Amino acid sequence: MEPAAAKLIGAGIACIGMGGAGIGVGVIFGNYLAAAIRNPSAAQGQFGNLIFGFAITEALGIFSLLIALLLLFVPLA
Amino acid sequence: MTIEPIHQFRLDNLFKIAQIGDHSIYFTNSSAYMLLTVVLTSVLMIGGVAGGKLVPGRFQSMAEITYEFVAATIRGNAGAEGMKFFPLVFSIFMFFCVSNLVGIIPYTFTVAAQIIINVAMALLVFFTVLIYGFYKNGLKFLKIFVPSGIPIAVLPLVVAIEIFSFFLRPVSHSVRLFGNMLAGHIALKVFAGFVAMLGVSLGAIGWVGGIAPLALTVALYALEILVAFIQAYVFAILTVIYLNDAIHPGH
Repeated sequence: MEPAAAKLIGAGIACIGMGGAGIGVGVIFGNYLAAAIRNPSAAQGQFGNLIFGFAITEALGIFSLLIALLLLFVPLA
Repeated sequence: MTIEPIHQFRLDNLFKIAQIGDHSIYFTNSSAYMLLTVVLTSVLMIGGVAGGKLVPGRFQSMAEITYEFVAATIRGNAGAEGMKFFPLVFSIFMFFCVSNLVGIIPYTFTVAAQIIINVAMALLVFFTVLIYGFYKNGLKFLKIFVPSGIPIAVLPLVVAIEIFSFFLRPVSHSVRLFGNMLAGHIALKVFAGFVAMLGVSLGAIGWVGGIAPLALTVALYALEILVAFIQAYVFAILTVIYLNDAIHPGH
């Protein structure tokens, strides 16, 4: 296989990892919304936790995106 | 036609500062935007509180709201003792918030899209936590690696994972901001490129069809403004949470 083609395919495969992060972020915001509707008065106090959980989850997706970007834009040695 | 989504992150040497051995030290466009960020932040904060009135005007309100916002984050996550780190957290938050918001303006340079800036900041936080943790708690600081209420059988494994994740903190801390900024700006450039590509390749039909990616670019732009703020906030809140480990070890 051509190295350039392999790089592009690898970048595509790496992006699959972002799907997992997408599910995770959806779970976090969905559960936050569900809880906020049940008890709106407590919602504001949990905003920090929401953002923290979002950040931790999202980082993993960003890692896979980073691999894809490295494969796409860093020239072959 | 070619689109270069990476071109916007290129460093340009503006003028030379010093020469150390074989290494030339340049004042780059990154340095210029960092300087601009510091100047903007200083103008906002110093100008905002200079005329200190009891009933704040617009400018003073902005300064007070940002202060209160960061102070509430620290009090909520690290308690009143965390307030001694307020200058550090506030500087980090304002630096990234202002530089991200400046970077979102077209044709400007995004400081946080260079990972070295974020790594420097993340390592600063990491070593602050490490040094302050041992200074304040002595060897009790090591309790952060030993969660309470864990069965003795799995404890070695948990401690190993905790130590590993502790040392990975500066990596995830810096790469998160870097990845978000880089990916967001590339996505904007790629979608904007679709408009030009359609117009160039299909002519009049293409320019009309280009409305769809243009609308998407506008929507993405709004999202990026939100992300610019959220990621600065995330960087600050993670700083506070890591500092909380040093202030109150043993969870």
